[in-house]
Amino acid sequence: MTAPEQTTATLVDLAETSVRELNSALHAPDPAPLWRVLNPEGAHNVACGLDAPVRVEIAGHAGYYCAGMNQQAEVVVEGNVGVGVAENMMSGRVVVTGDASQSAGATAHGGLLAIHGNASARCGISMKGVDIVVGGSVGHMSAFMGQAGRLVVCGDAGDALGDSLYEARIYVAGRVRSLGADCVEKEVRAEHLAELADLLEQAGIEADPATFRRYGSARTLYNFHVENAGAY
Amino acid sequence: MCGIAGLQLFDPALHPQLGSLMAAMLHQVCERGPDSAGVALYGDPDLTPPGLSAVSLLGVDDPAADADLSTVVAGETTVVRGSREPAELELLARQAFPEATVIGRGHELAVLKGTGHPDQLAVDIALGSRQGWQGLAHTRMATESAVTSAHSHPFSVADDLCLVHNGSFANHATIRRELIAEGAVFDSDNDSEVGARFLAARMAEGNDLEKSLRLLCETFDGFYTLVVTTADTFAVVRDAIACKPAILAVTEQWVAMASEYRALAQLPGIGAARIFEPEPEEVYTWRR
Repeated sequence: MTAPEQTTATLVDLAETSVRELNSALHAPDPAPLWRVLNPEGAHNVACGLDAPVRVEIAGHAGYYCAGMNQQAEVVVEGNVGVGVAENMMSGRVVVTGDASQSAGATAHGGLLAIHGNASARCGISMKGVDIVVGGSVGHMSAFMGQAGRLVVCGDAGDALGDSLYEARIYVAGRVRSLGADCVEKEVRAEHLAELADLLEQAGIEADPATFRRYGSARTLYNFHVENAGAY
Repeated sequence: MCGIAGLQLFDPALHPQLGSLMAAMLHQVCERGPDSAGVALYGDPDLTPPGLSAVSLLGVDDPAADADLSTVVAGETTVVRGSREPAELELLARQAFPEATVIGRGHELAVLKGTGHPDQLAVDIALGSRQGWQGLAHTRMATESAVTSAHSHPFSVADDLCLVHNGSFANHATIRRELIAEGAVFDSDNDSEVGARFLAARMAEGNDLEKSLRLLCETFDGFYTLVVTTADTFAVVRDAIACKPAILAVTEQWVAMASEYRALAQLPGIGAARIFEPEPEEVYTWRR
Protein backbone atom coordinates (compact mmCIF):
# COMPACT_ATOMS: atom_id res chain seq x y z
CA MET A 1 0.00 0.00 0.00
CA THR A 2 1.39 3.39 -0.89
CA ALA A 3 0.92 6.05 1.73
CA PRO A 4 0.55 9.68 0.70
CA GLU A 5 3.72 11.74 1.05
CA GLN A 6 2.99 13.78 4.11
CA THR A 7 4.75 14.14 7.42
CA THR A 8 2.32 16.35 9.34
CA ALA A 9 -1.31 15.56 10.01
CA THR A 10 -4.17 18.01 10.17
CA LEU A 11 -5.05 18.02 13.87
CA VAL A 12 -8.65 18.19 15.05
CA ASP A 13 -9.29 18.24 18.80
CA LEU A 14 -12.84 17.13 19.58
CA ALA A 15 -12.53 18.81 22.97
CA GLU A 16 -12.64 22.08 21.04
CA THR A 17 -14.23 21.21 17.69
CA SER A 18 -17.59 19.55 17.11
CA VAL A 19 -17.95 16.24 15.27
CA ARG A 20 -20.11 18.05 12.72
CA GLU A 21 -17.28 20.48 11.96
CA LEU A 22 -14.79 17.62 11.67
CA ASN A 23 -17.02 15.68 9.29
CA SER A 24 -17.73 18.81 7.22
CA ALA A 25 -14.00 19.40 6.83
CA LEU A 26 -13.48 15.79 5.80
CA HIS A 27 -16.32 16.07 3.26
CA ALA A 28 -14.92 19.26 1.66
CA PRO A 29 -13.45 18.97 -1.87
CA ASP A 30 -9.80 17.81 -1.92
CA PRO A 31 -9.36 17.26 1.80
CA ALA A 32 -5.84 17.02 3.26
CA PRO A 33 -4.49 13.47 3.00
CA LEU A 34 -3.73 12.85 6.70
CA TRP A 35 -5.85 13.73 9.74
CA ARG A 36 -5.43 13.10 13.43
CA VAL A 37 -8.47 13.36 15.71
CA LEU A 38 -7.75 13.99 19.40
CA ASN A 39 -10.00 13.47 22.43
CA PRO A 40 -12.79 11.48 20.77
CA GLU A 41 -14.03 10.38 24.26
CA GLY A 42 -16.63 8.07 22.77
CA ALA A 43 -18.23 10.68 20.49
CA HIS A 44 -20.70 9.31 17.93
CA ASN A 45 -20.47 9.47 14.12
CA VAL A 46 -16.77 10.35 13.96
CA ALA A 47 -15.42 10.31 10.38
CA CYS A 48 -18.71 9.23 8.80
CA GLY A 49 -19.54 9.33 5.11
CA LEU A 50 -15.99 9.92 3.88
CA ASP A 51 -15.47 9.70 0.11
CA ALA A 52 -11.82 10.57 -0.52
CA PRO A 53 -8.54 8.62 -0.24
CA VAL A 54 -7.55 10.18 3.07
CA ARG A 55 -6.23 8.61 6.25
CA VAL A 56 -7.92 9.56 9.52
CA GLU A 57 -6.33 8.50 12.80
CA ILE A 58 -8.57 8.65 15.87
CA ALA A 59 -6.48 8.87 19.03
CA GLY A 60 -8.75 7.12 21.54
CA HIS A 61 -12.13 5.43 21.89
CA ALA A 62 -14.91 6.32 19.44
CA GLY A 63 -18.67 5.93 19.89
CA TYR A 64 -21.49 4.78 17.63
CA TYR A 65 -21.25 4.49 13.83
CA CYS A 66 -17.61 5.48 13.56
CA ALA A 67 -16.48 5.51 9.91
CA GLY A 68 -19.99 4.59 8.75
CA MET A 69 -20.67 4.63 5.00
CA ASN A 70 -16.96 4.92 4.30
CA GLN A 71 -15.69 5.08 0.72
CA GLN A 72 -11.99 5.18 -0.20
CA ALA A 73 -10.74 6.44 3.15
CA GLU A 74 -8.60 4.64 5.70
CA VAL A 75 -9.83 5.24 9.25
CA VAL A 76 -7.72 3.96 12.15
CA VAL A 77 -9.17 3.97 15.67
CA GLU A 78 -6.52 3.69 18.36
CA GLY A 79 -8.94 2.27 20.91
CA ASN A 80 -12.44 0.78 21.09
CA VAL A 81 -15.50 1.63 19.03
CA GLY A 82 -19.21 1.62 19.81
CA VAL A 83 -22.16 0.15 17.92
CA GLY A 84 -22.04 -0.03 14.11
CA VAL A 85 -18.43 0.74 13.22
CA ALA A 86 -17.99 0.91 9.42
CA GLU A 87 -21.71 0.32 8.95
CA ASN A 88 -22.56 0.21 5.24
CA MET A 89 -18.92 0.76 4.21
CA MET A 90 -18.52 0.70 0.41
CA SER A 91 -14.74 0.67 0.04
CA GLY A 92 -11.57 1.69 1.85
CA ARG A 93 -10.34 0.37 5.13
CA VAL A 94 -11.25 0.73 8.80
CA VAL A 95 -8.88 -0.51 11.50
CA VAL A 96 -9.77 -0.74 15.20
CA THR A 97 -6.89 -1.52 17.54
CA GLY A 98 -9.20 -2.32 20.49
CA ASP A 99 -12.65 -3.90 20.77
CA ALA A 100 -15.80 -3.20 18.78
CA SER A 101 -19.37 -3.15 20.05
CA GLN A 102 -22.39 -4.67 18.31
CA SER A 103 -23.15 -4.74 14.58
CA ALA A 104 -19.61 -4.04 13.39
CA GLY A 105 -19.55 -3.75 9.61
CA ALA A 106 -23.33 -4.14 9.34
CA THR A 107 -24.64 -4.17 5.75
CA ALA A 108 -21.20 -3.14 4.42
CA HIS A 109 -20.74 -3.66 0.68
CA GLY A 110 -16.96 -3.51 0.32
CA GLY A 111 -13.64 -2.54 1.80
CA LEU A 112 -11.84 -4.08 4.78
CA LEU A 113 -12.74 -3.83 8.46
CA ALA A 114 -9.94 -5.04 10.75
CA ILE A 115 -10.68 -5.31 14.47
CA HIS A 116 -7.62 -6.30 16.47
CA GLY A 117 -9.56 -6.93 19.68
CA ASN A 118 -12.97 -8.58 20.09
CA ALA A 119 -16.24 -7.72 18.38
CA SER A 120 -19.57 -8.01 20.14
CA ALA A 121 -22.88 -9.47 18.94
CA ARG A 122 -24.05 -9.37 15.32
CA CYS A 123 -20.62 -8.64 13.83
CA GLY A 124 -21.09 -8.49 10.06
CA ILE A 125 -24.89 -8.64 10.21
CA SER A 126 -26.27 -8.58 6.66
CA MET A 127 -22.77 -8.09 5.22
CA LYS A 128 -22.96 -7.53 1.49
CA GLY A 129 -19.39 -7.77 0.26
CA VAL A 130 -17.19 -6.39 3.02
CA ASP A 131 -14.21 -8.30 4.40
CA ILE A 132 -14.08 -8.34 8.21
CA VAL A 133 -11.08 -9.71 10.10
CA VAL A 134 -11.36 -9.95 13.90
CA GLY A 135 -8.23 -10.69 15.92
CA GLY A 136 -10.24 -11.81 18.95
CA SER A 137 -13.72 -13.28 19.33
CA VAL A 138 -17.16 -12.31 18.04
CA GLY A 139 -20.51 -12.40 19.84
CA HIS A 140 -23.76 -14.14 19.03
CA MET A 141 -25.60 -13.89 15.69
CA SER A 142 -22.48 -12.82 13.81
CA ALA A 143 -22.77 -12.78 10.01
CA PHE A 144 -26.56 -13.10 10.42
CA MET A 145 -28.08 -12.95 6.91
CA GLY A 146 -24.62 -12.44 5.42
CA GLN A 147 -24.96 -12.11 1.66
CA ALA A 148 -21.39 -11.65 0.38
CA GLY A 149 -17.88 -11.02 1.65
CA ARG A 150 -15.64 -12.79 4.14
CA LEU A 151 -15.67 -12.86 7.97
CA VAL A 152 -12.48 -14.08 9.63
CA VAL A 153 -12.51 -14.70 13.39
CA CYS A 154 -9.21 -15.61 15.05
CA GLY A 155 -10.88 -16.32 18.41
CA ASP A 156 -14.27 -17.85 19.24
CA ALA A 157 -17.75 -17.21 17.87
CA GLY A 158 -20.93 -16.95 19.95
CA ASP A 159 -24.29 -18.61 19.39
CA ALA A 160 -26.02 -18.87 16.01
CA LEU A 161 -23.06 -18.04 13.82
CA GLY A 162 -24.13 -17.37 10.25
CA ASP A 163 -27.86 -17.69 10.89
CA SER A 164 -29.83 -17.46 7.62
CA LEU A 165 -26.61 -17.09 5.70
CA TYR A 166 -26.59 -16.50 1.95
CA GLU A 167 -23.17 -16.41 0.30
CA ALA A 168 -20.77 -14.78 2.80
CA ARG A 169 -17.82 -17.00 3.73
CA ILE A 170 -16.86 -17.44 7.39
CA TYR A 171 -13.59 -18.66 8.88
CA VAL A 172 -13.18 -19.26 12.62
CA ALA A 173 -10.00 -20.44 14.37
CA GLY A 174 -11.53 -20.95 17.84
CA ARG A 175 -14.66 -22.56 19.21
CA VAL A 176 -18.06 -21.91 17.66
CA ARG A 177 -20.74 -22.07 20.31
CA SER A 178 -23.46 -22.94 17.80
CA LEU A 179 -24.29 -22.54 14.13
CA GLY A 180 -27.42 -20.70 13.03
CA ALA A 181 -30.07 -21.92 10.60
CA ASP A 182 -28.64 -23.04 7.26
CA CYS A 183 -24.99 -22.47 8.28
CA VAL A 184 -22.76 -25.54 7.92
CA GLU A 185 -19.09 -26.38 8.19
CA LYS A 186 -17.35 -26.78 4.87
CA GLU A 187 -14.08 -28.21 3.64
CA VAL A 188 -11.00 -25.94 3.76
CA ARG A 189 -9.21 -26.28 0.43
CA ALA A 190 -5.96 -24.75 -0.78
CA GLU A 191 -7.76 -21.75 -2.29
CA HIS A 192 -9.30 -21.00 1.11
CA LEU A 193 -5.92 -21.14 2.85
CA ALA A 194 -4.60 -18.66 0.30
CA GLU A 195 -7.66 -16.44 0.77
CA LEU A 196 -7.20 -16.51 4.55
CA ALA A 197 -3.49 -15.74 4.37
CA ASP A 198 -4.25 -12.77 2.15
CA LEU A 199 -7.01 -11.41 4.41
CA LEU A 200 -4.90 -11.79 7.57
CA GLU A 201 -1.99 -10.03 5.91
CA GLN A 202 -4.21 -7.18 4.70
CA ALA A 203 -5.59 -6.78 8.22
CA GLY A 204 -2.13 -6.93 9.82
CA ILE A 205 -3.28 -9.71 12.15
CA GLU A 206 -1.06 -12.73 12.73
CA ALA A 207 -2.66 -16.16 12.71
CA ASP A 208 -1.99 -19.51 11.06
CA PRO A 209 -4.51 -20.14 8.24
CA ALA A 210 -4.22 -23.88 8.86
CA THR A 211 -5.94 -23.49 12.26
CA PHE A 212 -9.21 -22.13 10.80
CA ARG A 213 -12.43 -23.95 9.98
CA ARG A 214 -14.70 -22.75 7.22
CA TYR A 215 -18.46 -22.21 7.41
CA GLY A 216 -20.96 -21.30 4.75
CA SER A 217 -24.54 -21.58 3.59
CA ALA A 218 -26.18 -24.98 3.09
CA ARG A 219 -28.43 -23.08 0.64
CA THR A 220 -31.62 -24.72 1.85
CA LEU A 221 -33.33 -21.40 2.64
CA TYR A 222 -33.23 -20.13 -0.93
CA ASN A 223 -36.34 -21.97 -1.97
CA PHE A 224 -39.71 -22.32 -0.37
CA HIS A 225 -40.49 -25.88 0.62
CA VAL A 226 -44.14 -26.69 0.55
CA GLU A 227 -43.82 -28.98 3.60
CA ASN A 228 -43.12 -25.81 5.62
CA ALA A 229 -46.38 -24.19 4.52
CA GLY A 230 -48.04 -25.10 7.82
CA ALA A 231 -45.57 -22.86 9.64
CA TYR A 232 -46.87 -19.72 7.91
CA MET B 1 -34.09 4.09 24.00
CA CYS B 2 -33.40 5.20 27.61
CA GLY B 3 -30.02 5.86 29.15
CA ILE B 4 -28.47 4.21 32.18
CA ALA B 5 -25.49 5.22 34.26
CA GLY B 6 -24.39 3.49 37.45
CA LEU B 7 -21.36 3.74 39.69
CA GLN B 8 -20.12 1.96 42.80
CA LEU B 9 -17.09 3.50 44.45
CA PHE B 10 -14.78 1.05 46.24
CA ASP B 11 -12.37 3.82 47.26
CA PRO B 12 -13.70 6.02 50.12
CA ALA B 13 -11.47 8.85 48.93
CA LEU B 14 -13.83 9.22 45.96
CA HIS B 15 -17.05 9.34 48.02
CA PRO B 16 -17.15 13.17 48.10
CA GLN B 17 -17.11 13.12 44.29
CA LEU B 18 -20.00 10.70 43.76
CA GLY B 19 -22.47 13.42 42.79
CA SER B 20 -20.19 15.25 40.38
CA LEU B 21 -19.18 11.97 38.72
CA MET B 22 -22.83 10.93 38.44
CA ALA B 23 -23.81 14.35 37.03
CA ALA B 24 -21.18 14.01 34.28
CA MET B 25 -22.39 10.49 33.47
CA LEU B 26 -26.04 11.53 33.47
CA HIS B 27 -25.29 14.42 31.11
CA GLN B 28 -23.80 12.08 28.52
CA VAL B 29 -26.92 9.90 28.38
CA CYS B 30 -29.44 12.77 28.23
CA GLU B 31 -29.97 12.28 24.49
CA ARG B 32 -31.07 8.69 25.08
CA GLY B 33 -34.08 9.75 27.14
CA PRO B 34 -34.93 13.40 27.50
CA ASP B 35 -38.48 13.09 28.87
CA SER B 36 -37.76 12.37 32.51
CA ALA B 37 -35.02 11.15 34.75
CA GLY B 38 -34.23 9.77 38.14
CA VAL B 39 -31.26 9.28 40.38
CA ALA B 40 -30.59 6.94 43.29
CA LEU B 41 -27.89 7.84 45.77
CA TYR B 42 -26.53 5.55 48.46
CA GLY B 43 -24.87 7.08 51.51
CA ASP B 44 -25.37 10.80 50.92
CA PRO B 45 -24.90 12.27 54.42
CA ASP B 46 -27.58 14.91 53.83
CA LEU B 47 -30.29 12.62 52.45
CA THR B 48 -29.46 9.47 54.40
CA PRO B 49 -27.36 10.44 57.43
CA PRO B 50 -25.47 7.53 59.03
CA GLY B 51 -27.67 5.63 61.48
CA LEU B 52 -30.94 7.02 60.09
CA SER B 53 -33.41 5.62 57.59
CA ALA B 54 -34.93 7.55 54.71
CA VAL B 55 -38.18 7.48 52.72
CA SER B 56 -38.36 9.27 49.36
CA LEU B 57 -41.68 10.87 48.43
CA LEU B 58 -43.14 12.54 45.37
CA GLY B 59 -46.07 14.93 45.52
CA VAL B 60 -45.48 16.52 48.92
CA ASP B 61 -47.03 20.01 48.81
CA ASP B 62 -45.73 21.28 52.12
CA PRO B 63 -42.70 19.39 53.50
CA ALA B 64 -42.85 21.39 56.74
CA ALA B 65 -46.49 20.43 57.40
CA ASP B 66 -45.47 17.80 59.95
CA ALA B 67 -42.97 19.39 62.32
CA ASP B 68 -42.16 16.02 63.89
CA LEU B 69 -40.65 14.67 60.68
CA SER B 70 -37.22 15.71 59.45
CA THR B 71 -37.43 16.38 55.71
CA VAL B 72 -35.05 17.43 52.95
CA VAL B 73 -36.36 18.73 49.63
CA ALA B 74 -34.44 17.87 46.46
CA GLY B 75 -36.30 19.02 43.34
CA GLU B 76 -39.71 17.32 43.17
CA THR B 77 -38.68 14.77 45.79
CA THR B 78 -39.01 15.12 49.53
CA VAL B 79 -36.83 12.81 51.62
CA VAL B 80 -38.03 12.02 55.14
CA ARG B 81 -35.28 10.94 57.53
CA GLY B 82 -35.65 9.28 60.89
CA SER B 83 -34.19 6.93 63.46
CA ARG B 84 -36.89 4.28 62.91
CA GLU B 85 -36.75 1.29 60.62
CA PRO B 86 -37.65 2.16 56.99
CA ALA B 87 -41.05 0.40 57.06
CA GLU B 88 -42.10 2.24 60.22
CA LEU B 89 -40.82 5.54 58.85
CA GLU B 90 -42.82 4.97 55.68
CA LEU B 91 -46.01 4.53 57.71
CA LEU B 92 -45.36 7.83 59.49
CA ALA B 93 -44.58 9.54 56.20
CA ARG B 94 -47.78 8.21 54.60
CA GLN B 95 -49.82 9.48 57.56
CA ALA B 96 -48.16 12.90 57.42
CA PHE B 97 -48.37 13.23 53.62
CA PRO B 98 -51.34 11.11 52.49
CA GLU B 99 -51.29 12.64 49.02
CA ALA B 100 -47.66 11.63 48.38
CA THR B 101 -46.25 8.65 46.45
CA VAL B 102 -43.47 6.63 48.06
CA ILE B 103 -40.66 6.07 45.54
CA GLY B 104 -38.03 4.48 47.75
CA ARG B 105 -36.86 3.75 51.24
CA GLY B 106 -33.91 2.28 53.04
CA HIS B 107 -30.99 2.74 55.39
CA GLU B 108 -28.67 3.96 52.64
CA LEU B 109 -30.88 4.89 49.70
CA ALA B 110 -32.53 8.10 48.53
CA VAL B 111 -34.42 8.14 45.21
CA LEU B 112 -34.86 11.47 43.43
CA LYS B 113 -37.06 11.80 40.32
CA GLY B 114 -38.46 14.40 37.99
CA THR B 115 -39.94 15.05 34.56
CA GLY B 116 -38.26 17.28 31.99
CA HIS B 117 -34.65 17.44 30.90
CA PRO B 118 -32.28 15.25 32.94
CA ASP B 119 -29.67 18.03 33.17
CA GLN B 120 -32.31 20.20 34.83
CA LEU B 121 -33.05 17.41 37.32
CA ALA B 122 -29.34 17.32 38.15
CA VAL B 123 -29.47 21.06 38.92
CA ASP B 124 -32.73 20.79 40.88
CA ILE B 125 -31.41 18.05 43.15
CA ALA B 126 -27.91 19.60 43.47
CA LEU B 127 -26.46 16.37 42.15
CA GLY B 128 -23.02 17.84 41.51
CA SER B 129 -22.36 18.47 45.18
CA ARG B 130 -23.82 15.25 46.56
CA GLN B 131 -21.76 12.47 48.11
CA GLY B 132 -22.00 8.76 48.73
CA TRP B 133 -20.64 5.42 47.72
CA GLN B 134 -23.06 4.27 45.03
CA GLY B 135 -25.33 5.90 42.49
CA LEU B 136 -27.72 5.06 39.68
CA ALA B 137 -29.14 7.40 37.06
CA HIS B 138 -31.72 6.86 34.36
CA THR B 139 -32.89 9.05 31.49
CA ARG B 140 -36.21 7.86 30.15
CA MET B 141 -37.65 7.68 26.66
CA ALA B 142 -41.13 6.52 27.57
CA THR B 143 -42.49 3.55 25.64
CA GLU B 144 -44.66 1.54 28.02
CA SER B 145 -46.42 4.09 30.19
CA ALA B 146 -47.05 7.73 30.91
CA VAL B 147 -44.47 10.48 31.29
CA THR B 148 -44.78 11.43 34.93
CA SER B 149 -42.27 11.58 37.76
CA ALA B 150 -43.85 8.48 39.29
CA HIS B 151 -43.23 6.55 36.07
CA SER B 152 -39.57 7.60 35.99
CA HIS B 153 -36.84 5.20 36.99
CA PRO B 154 -35.26 4.08 39.27
CA PHE B 155 -37.87 1.76 40.72
CA SER B 156 -37.30 1.00 44.36
CA VAL B 157 -39.86 -1.30 45.98
CA ALA B 158 -37.91 -2.85 48.86
CA ASP B 159 -35.44 -1.47 51.39
CA ASP B 160 -32.29 -0.23 49.63
CA LEU B 161 -33.20 -2.14 46.43
CA CYS B 162 -33.15 -0.12 43.23
CA LEU B 163 -33.64 -1.02 39.56
CA VAL B 164 -33.12 0.85 36.28
CA HIS B 165 -34.13 -0.67 32.96
CA ASN B 166 -33.47 0.05 29.30
CA GLY B 167 -35.79 -1.91 27.05
CA SER B 168 -39.26 -3.37 27.44
CA PHE B 169 -40.72 -6.51 28.95
CA ALA B 170 -43.13 -8.32 26.63
CA ASN B 171 -44.88 -10.47 29.26
CA HIS B 172 -45.06 -7.95 32.07
CA ALA B 173 -48.88 -8.02 32.27
CA THR B 174 -48.88 -11.76 32.95
CA ILE B 175 -46.15 -11.50 35.58
CA ARG B 176 -47.92 -8.52 37.15
CA ARG B 177 -51.08 -10.64 37.62
CA GLU B 178 -49.00 -13.42 39.18
CA LEU B 179 -47.29 -10.99 41.56
CA ILE B 180 -50.63 -9.42 42.51
CA ALA B 181 -51.91 -12.93 43.27
CA GLU B 182 -48.88 -13.32 45.55
CA GLY B 183 -49.87 -10.13 47.33
CA ALA B 184 -47.83 -7.44 45.57
CA VAL B 185 -49.26 -3.93 45.29
CA PHE B 186 -48.21 -1.76 42.33
CA ASP B 187 -47.71 1.99 42.17
CA SER B 188 -47.67 2.38 38.38
CA ASP B 189 -48.44 0.57 35.13
CA ASN B 190 -44.77 0.74 34.13
CA ASP B 191 -43.34 -2.59 32.90
CA SER B 192 -40.07 -1.90 34.72
CA GLU B 193 -41.88 -1.77 38.06
CA VAL B 194 -42.90 -5.39 37.42
CA GLY B 195 -39.21 -6.28 37.20
CA ALA B 196 -38.50 -4.49 40.47
CA ARG B 197 -41.49 -6.13 42.23
CA PHE B 198 -40.43 -9.54 40.92
CA LEU B 199 -36.91 -9.11 42.32
CA ALA B 200 -38.25 -7.85 45.64
CA ALA B 201 -40.59 -10.86 45.89
CA ARG B 202 -37.83 -13.36 45.09
CA MET B 203 -35.47 -11.72 47.56
CA ALA B 204 -38.15 -11.69 50.24
CA GLU B 205 -38.24 -15.48 49.78
CA GLY B 206 -34.58 -15.59 50.76
CA ASN B 207 -32.85 -15.60 47.38
CA ASP B 208 -29.83 -13.37 47.00
CA LEU B 209 -29.75 -10.71 44.29
CA GLU B 210 -27.72 -12.87 41.90
CA LYS B 211 -30.17 -15.79 42.13
CA SER B 212 -33.15 -13.43 41.84
CA LEU B 213 -31.74 -11.94 38.65
CA ARG B 214 -31.26 -15.43 37.20
CA LEU B 215 -34.90 -16.16 37.99
CA LEU B 216 -35.83 -12.89 36.28
CA CYS B 217 -33.99 -14.01 33.13
CA GLU B 218 -35.96 -17.28 33.18
CA THR B 219 -39.30 -15.55 33.70
CA PHE B 220 -39.21 -12.32 31.70
CA ASP B 221 -39.49 -12.11 27.94
CA GLY B 222 -38.38 -9.01 26.07
CA PHE B 223 -35.44 -6.68 25.85
CA TYR B 224 -33.60 -5.46 28.86
CA THR B 225 -30.41 -4.12 30.22
CA LEU B 226 -30.85 -3.86 33.98
CA VAL B 227 -28.70 -2.37 36.68
CA VAL B 228 -29.86 -3.36 40.13
CA THR B 229 -28.34 -2.14 43.38
CA THR B 230 -28.78 -3.09 47.03
CA ALA B 231 -27.18 -1.88 50.25
CA ASP B 232 -24.01 -3.74 49.33
CA THR B 233 -24.25 -4.98 45.73
CA PHE B 234 -24.08 -3.54 42.21
CA ALA B 235 -25.43 -5.91 39.55
CA VAL B 236 -25.82 -5.85 35.77
CA VAL B 237 -27.75 -8.25 33.54
CA ARG B 238 -28.96 -8.30 29.91
CA ASP B 239 -31.46 -10.45 28.04
CA ALA B 240 -30.48 -13.28 25.69
CA ILE B 241 -30.62 -11.12 22.54
CA ALA B 242 -28.64 -8.31 24.21
CA CYS B 243 -29.64 -5.66 21.70
CA LYS B 244 -29.84 -2.94 24.34
CA PRO B 245 -26.43 -1.38 24.82
CA ALA B 246 -24.35 -1.81 27.94
CA ILE B 247 -20.73 -1.17 28.71
CA LEU B 248 -18.90 -1.89 31.94
CA ALA B 249 -15.66 -0.40 33.20
CA VAL B 250 -13.83 -1.68 36.27
CA THR B 251 -10.82 -0.32 38.13
CA GLU B 252 -9.50 -0.95 41.64
CA GLN B 253 -11.34 2.19 42.75
CA TRP B 254 -14.77 1.72 41.16
CA VAL B 255 -17.11 -0.17 38.85
CA ALA B 256 -19.28 1.75 36.43
CA MET B 257 -21.91 0.82 33.88
CA ALA B 258 -23.46 2.99 31.19
CA SER B 259 -25.41 2.67 27.97
CA GLU B 260 -22.54 4.24 26.06
CA TYR B 261 -18.81 4.61 26.60
CA ARG B 262 -18.96 8.40 26.43
CA ALA B 263 -20.75 8.39 29.80
CA LEU B 264 -17.71 6.70 31.33
CA ALA B 265 -15.05 8.74 29.56
CA GLN B 266 -14.75 11.34 32.35
CA LEU B 267 -14.31 8.89 35.22
CA PRO B 268 -10.95 9.10 37.02
CA GLY B 269 -8.56 6.37 35.86
CA ILE B 270 -10.75 5.35 32.91
CA GLY B 271 -7.62 5.05 30.77
CA ALA B 272 -6.49 2.06 32.82
CA ALA B 273 -9.96 0.53 33.32
CA ARG B 274 -10.97 -2.91 32.10
CA ILE B 275 -13.77 -2.13 29.66
CA PHE B 276 -16.14 -4.76 28.32
CA GLU B 277 -19.70 -5.47 27.26
CA PRO B 278 -21.67 -7.81 29.52
CA GLU B 279 -22.54 -11.17 27.96
CA PRO B 280 -26.20 -12.05 27.36
CA GLU B 281 -28.03 -13.48 30.39
CA GLU B 282 -24.92 -13.43 32.54
CA VAL B 283 -25.34 -11.84 35.97
CA TYR B 284 -22.44 -9.61 36.97
CA THR B 285 -22.15 -8.49 40.60
CA TRP B 286 -19.77 -6.38 42.63
CA ARG B 287 -19.88 -6.03 46.39
CA ARG B 288 -18.93 -3.02 48.37
